[in-house]
Amino acid sequence: MALVELRNVSKIYHLGGEEIRALDDLSLDIESGEFISIIGPSGSGKSTLMHILGCLDSPTKGTIQLDGTMIHNASSRELARIRNQKIGFVFQFFNLLPRLNVMQNVELPMVYAGAGSRERHERVMAALKLVGLENRSKHRPMQLSGGQQQRVAIARALVNNPRIVFADEPTGNLDSNTGEAILDLFRSLSTQGRTIALVTHDPEIAAVTPRRIEIRDGKIAIKVDPKLAGLDRVSARAVPAVASPY
Amino acid sequence: MNFFNSISIGFKEIWANKFRSALTMLGIVLGVSSLVAMSALVKGMENGMKEALVAIGGLEKVRVEEQEIPAAQRHLADQAIGLTVRDVYALQRSAPLIKLVTPEMRLGRFATVTRNGKSPDWANVTGTWPTAIEMNQHEIQYGRMFNEIDDEQARNVCVIGTGVRDQLFGTPEKGGKEDVVGEKIHINGQPFRIIGVFRRYESELDRKMREMEKDQPKETGGVQRRRGWGSGRGNNSWVYNMKNNTVYTPLNTMWLKLKSGGVGTNTVPDPRLAAMNIKVADIEVLEPALQQARNVMMHTHRGIEDFSFQTQENWSEGITQAIRNQRMSGGFISAISLLVGGIGIMNIMLASITERIREIGIRKAIGATFENVFIQILVESVVLAALGGILGLAASQGIVQLLTLLSPTENTPIITVPAMLLALGLSACVGVLAGLIPAFKAARLDPIQALRYE
Repeated sequence: MALVELRNVSKIYHLGGEEIRALDDLSLDIESGEFISIIGPSGSGKSTLMHILGCLDSPTKGTIQLDGTMIHNASSRELARIRNQKIGFVFQFFNLLPRLNVMQNVELPMVYAGAGSRERHERVMAALKLVGLENRSKHRPMQLSGGQQQRVAIARALVNNPRIVFADEPTGNLDSNTGEAILDLFRSLSTQGRTIALVTHDPEIAAVTPRRIEIRDGKIAIKVDPKLAGLDRVSARAVPAVASPY
Repeated sequence: MNFFNSISIGFKEIWANKFRSALTMLGIVLGVSSLVAMSALVKGMENGMKEALVAIGGLEKVRVEEQEIPAAQRHLADQAIGLTVRDVYALQRSAPLIKLVTPEMRLGRFATVTRNGKSPDWANVTGTWPTAIEMNQHEIQYGRMFNEIDDEQARNVCVIGTGVRDQLFGTPEKGGKEDVVGEKIHINGQPFRIIGVFRRYESELDRKMREMEKDQPKETGGVQRRRGWGSGRGNNSWVYNMKNNTVYTPLNTMWLKLKSGGVGTNTVPDPRLAAMNIKVADIEVLEPALQQARNVMMHTHRGIEDFSFQTQENWSEGITQAIRNQRMSGGFISAISLLVGGIGIMNIMLASITERIREIGIRKAIGATFENVFIQILVESVVLAALGGILGLAASQGIVQLLTLLSPTENTPIITVPAMLLALGLSACVGVLAGLIPAFKAARLDPIQALRYE
């Protein structure tokens, strides 16, 4: 059984009497440990797909299984718990809480999970070390550069040890060098065995990942299976390794 | 997410918007401080009213007086001998619910008290037992109360109040003698030795007025005059005046010496008492105690009901009523300011969540449930209100001090712990109520919409 299984999922909006199919009978599997990119132009439905995969939204039709749990008809409380325990989010605009320091931002998911303060401190420091920011724990987000803020957001996404990390245009707000460094970080996380789904409109960024899915009009347009054709090696070569600036 | 965490987030949020929070809290501060100050004033007033009630012997004291014989028993009039000391003994023996009984025999308006030709406006000359001191809440300042021996031997001794002393010897403030034990006075022409002087009885108001006058003597313009009884402010000065104008003699002295010598053939002095005072063991058993007393006295009076009981219940009810009215009006004003404060808090919380829609979206995306967000906003609101409440308590201390400073002769306001707890509790309630709608709105936000919000 795959980590994520979407079967015939549709998401239908009604806008002024007009029916909009953001997702149209879409089926998709994501295996544990995969590094996958979901690519598509704006309006293609990729954001809707990510929201549904990320348990922020529910589909109109179809079934979704995540890590052994059927989530297409889960209650909002169950969805909140799944988001907290099994999913990590990285956003384009970092979405850190400006009044909290780095430490407090990263520990927030653990606070909602009800972890004790000692455990929180240990795991937050471990997560910050993973992204190379262990000496910035008392800084405010506004005192950090964009790249550093995105690293804090990645640490926050990882701190509860989620089954899958969703990154929505994680480099969209960064200059290209910093963006490469962030992508590098994702690649190294992937080699450590984490499941990562990258959502982007940029084919160059999508080229980083071994597997790419292109969404158009709510459907999967190109399906590239990494097990065929050994594309993972090709993509690894396609993007030059960039030294981390940190 | 634990409770203390929520509270600390609430404090941080308040601290981040110091000025706005302070303005919002002001409403609650005013409400709480007015509530506490108001209740302190009412409590002071209540004490002022109750001290007069205590001064005449408290609620437990019941006066037994003569009453006209009921119409149905008119034909038995010659058998009705009125209240006598036999009733006192009977009650002492047979009415266990009655703790204390004292007889009172009076000269009434025939009493003249004189010393060197000076005589007080009026003096309440009463023959009684030594226990009257406990019954009527008297305190001896100089000398002693007469005792059983003085009574048995019908000695010509008396204990007087400061009112009588001041009128016979001059007030101590104007050079009169303070300790007049051993001096002689005449009651109805017979010499009596003063063996004791009572303390001066006065209300808190009168004492404060007197002390103020002592510090800064009133400029006496025009003709010197007495200004009459009572301070004219509707307090119960007459209670204290009456107490201060007491002249107590032993009952037997009154009966054998002062009541005798009447002109006529009947040489046996009139044994009737003017009244009896009884004190019930506990105010809770007032009703059964009165029933008991009536039964005993119906027996000694041979079934003729020529006596009646007079309690202080009406007075006490009057006080309760007045206090209730004061509380109502004070509570109403405080409730309105608390309400206004609550609306202020709700307003600011609504503004605050609108500012923080994105933050709420982030929190929900990383796993905050409806309850997490709801409690966070509610706690912020309650912390804001409770903080206002605590500041209000501090402010109320200042207000009460200010009031005391402005009108030093009024009853001292008393801040009570229950009033403070009530005010604090109410402010917390206001915080909860004001936070409900904003908390609900925040908790219900859709995370996707909230994350997109700019």
